[in-house]
Amino acid sequence: MDHKMIAKQFLITGMTMGLIGMVMSVLFRLQLAWPEQGFPILERLLGKWAPDGVMDPSIYLALVTIHGTIMVFFVLTAGLSGTFSNLLIPLQIGARDMASGFLNMLSYWFFFVSSVIMVISLFVTSGPASAGWTVYPPLSALPQAIPGSGLGMTLWLVSMTLFIVSSLLGGLNYIVTVLNLRTKGMSMTRLPLTIWAFMVTAILGVLSFPVLLSAALLLVFDRSMGTSFYLSDIFIGGQVLEHSGGSPVLFQHLFWFLGHPEVYIILLPALGITSEVIATNARKPIFGYRAMVGSILAIAFLSFIVWGHHMFVTGMNPFLGSVFTFTTLLIAIPSAVKAFNYITTLWKGNIRFTPAMLFSIALVSTFITGGLTGIILGDSALDINVHDTYFVVAHFHIVMGLSAIFGMFAGIYHWFPKMYGRRLNKSLGYMHFWLTFISAYGVFFPMHFLGMAGLPRRYYTNTAFPMFDDLADINVLISNFAILGAIAQVLFFFNFFYSMFRGPRSVQNPWKSNTLEWTTPVEHIHGNWPGEIPEVHRWAYDYSKPGMDEDFVPQTVPLQAGEPKGH
Amino acid sequence: MSDHAVVSSATESSNSTARLWGGGRQPLGASYGKLMMWFFLLSDALTFSGFLTAYGLMRYKFSESWPIAEAVFTHFPYVNGEQPLLYVALMTFILIMSSVTMVLAVDAGHHNRRNSVILWLGLTIVGGFFFLGSQAWEWYHFIIGDKGSVQIADGRVMYVANAEGNRVSLAELVEGHASHGHHAHYTDAQVREAFARTPGMTLVAPGRDVQPIPAAQSQQLVKEAKAIQGANMTRNEYGSPLFANFFFFITGFHGFHVFSGVVINIVIFINVIMGTYARRGHYEMIEKVGLYWHFVDLVWVFVFTFFYLV
Repeated sequence: MDHKMIAKQFLITGMTMGLIGMVMSVLFRLQLAWPEQGFPILERLLGKWAPDGVMDPSIYLALVTIHGTIMVFFVLTAGLSGTFSNLLIPLQIGARDMASGFLNMLSYWFFFVSSVIMVISLFVTSGPASAGWTVYPPLSALPQAIPGSGLGMTLWLVSMTLFIVSSLLGGLNYIVTVLNLRTKGMSMTRLPLTIWAFMVTAILGVLSFPVLLSAALLLVFDRSMGTSFYLSDIFIGGQVLEHSGGSPVLFQHLFWFLGHPEVYIILLPALGITSEVIATNARKPIFGYRAMVGSILAIAFLSFIVWGHHMFVTGMNPFLGSVFTFTTLLIAIPSAVKAFNYITTLWKGNIRFTPAMLFSIALVSTFITGGLTGIILGDSALDINVHDTYFVVAHFHIVMGLSAIFGMFAGIYHWFPKMYGRRLNKSLGYMHFWLTFISAYGVFFPMHFLGMAGLPRRYYTNTAFPMFDDLADINVLISNFAILGAIAQVLFFFNFFYSMFRGPRSVQNPWKSNTLEWTTPVEHIHGNWPGEIPEVHRWAYDYSKPGMDEDFVPQTVPLQAGEPKGH
Repeated sequence: MSDHAVVSSATESSNSTARLWGGGRQPLGASYGKLMMWFFLLSDALTFSGFLTAYGLMRYKFSESWPIAEAVFTHFPYVNGEQPLLYVALMTFILIMSSVTMVLAVDAGHHNRRNSVILWLGLTIVGGFFFLGSQAWEWYHFIIGDKGSVQIADGRVMYVANAEGNRVSLAELVEGHASHGHHAHYTDAQVREAFARTPGMTLVAPGRDVQPIPAAQSQQLVKEAKAIQGANMTRNEYGSPLFANFFFFITGFHGFHVFSGVVINIVIFINVIMGTYARRGHYEMIEKVGLYWHFVDLVWVFVFTFFYLV
């Protein structure tokens, strides 16, 4: 029930799910690069779904669906904010534990059961859910539509419902813990930016996941009770179905009302972690602390009024489209504020290139690269040309997939000593970083060109279209990078589990950091601090302060005589 | 002098804000449990918003065939004749009164008056049960149906009206007089035949201020029409089937909340009787379940407005 243990449970479960999701991506990359070629490994892993090692189209759809679901929800939502909110909120605000340790524990176990059910759905006879991670009806609403619409889809919905419960319990805890349990002197403007990011993420989750629950419950009724919320005028196998009157677009509205904030639920914790890691390792105060907080809040607010940009081609009124374009492009402002603040924090810093720092800088890189294509996709007039192509795949993988996973890696490398009391191997860390970084861009950068050439996403094979023949080489290149990237993760997994038991012991404050978690003993104790909870006298970013003996001043150090009050 | 006073009070208040949010205390003056309840309710409110928005969208799309509540909910137990919306008004009143008794229970808790808490919380539970029973009764009448209607070939649901433009039930149409107390089932053929032999009969769509279809055209349409009585997930004698879908779903979801609320209230009620909170020294738990109960009532006000009033 201790928050540090729950954080580790979230991390290990998230990493396991991440491994599954990554292997899936390699499998369908094999199909995309070398269609109709037999791979013994496919037959071994997929059995009847890959006769003679050639992947069946329906399992291809299932793999991309579950890859998306696992990565978005299980790795980058629960794995990322579940891990670091749990670990860092009590430690960095100076609390003994979460407000409710019991609900916190429930939150993990709901997540665990939900993960198990999602994995079980991979093994049902008719295959797992295959309607894409967005589970649009009618594929998701009619059990007889495609193989994956049956039991697989039911299990998907059950799993996601439990996931929403888990996310709600966790989120409530994070918010009230930050509000109520800050130690003396830890005012809101002295909070490390990680905590701001986690709290706003939790608020986003508490406000947006219930709408996904609404969408899912109506879907359950359409599936099993014969209602027609999302269904109208459908023929299957020449038979007219009784459903009439409903609208699949209704589902899309409800789904994307969650779906867009979900992007920031994934991204904000990574940005928070980056702020902390960059300031610590550049040995400089974070540039524009209040602007950072303001931009987190602005992004969170805007994320609720932009969902229509996922639906520009649903027959939306062009005027409404232009409204969503406007709100969407507004997000560029706070995002640019953050990007510039990271760069100005790095500027003339005394930079220590730890693996965590490298991953944080990589995040800034992908956040900018992916953000630029977001300006194109957010504009309805431009979006329509590349809608549902690999351009979109490239955009969201870079801006939220890579950024968030880089943020997660940065967090793991930075706080591993806090979690396990040992250090990760640095050389393996560097190798892991460079291989991951290069292969990540190697995979997703060429996809922009595929998309601009019109290659649609989610297609099992493109061999039937001569116009795409020239693009086959690019797909081979991408798949090679994907395989390289997957192999690079072996280094990480080895490093992680080896160092957990055999790594060199860490000192109390290995990065010479200011925040409170490094004032706790290396060995975990329940309640975090053996004696009194320390009082906080300054903000978290007094690095390289002129006139001080050391280049860092922990938050617990009282203001010196003549030192301006500042934060 | 006065200027000085203004300045000092301003710095004082900013100082007290700084102290309030400065850590080491609960800035909103509420325990973590109460805050969690508030945020949970916010979350739950968004679930209901999702449903009610979807309802509004579909209602707008099908405003022609959307039933008017006064024509749907017309019964009152043990009272003959049409009493549109009277019963739902009563059950809404009872639910709101149960919020009042809940307020009194919370207040009694503040004063540590155990017997008053037992009284008022007990009355709240009774109110909750009354509401749940009433909802079951409403569902029952909605499901078995009232006057019946016909569904024409293109899928639209039509009421039957006589030459004077007044709506008639299928019973009146087929048997010539209203049925008393029993719900006969009429076949398509019976309805078509009775419609054809009665002069001046017309069909009229369920929406508000809709003109009846001219008699001659109605006679043509009825030849292909099916009789529908009652409502379920796939058909609905009152109008668009989606109305029934949403009615069952949203009032069901709300009813489930009320049911959970009653169960939680009973658990707390037992704890009060056992003296758990008297030993704990405070009755904050009553406040938390009170928040939930008020929320459920507030949601009902919206559901009631969307389904019955607008």
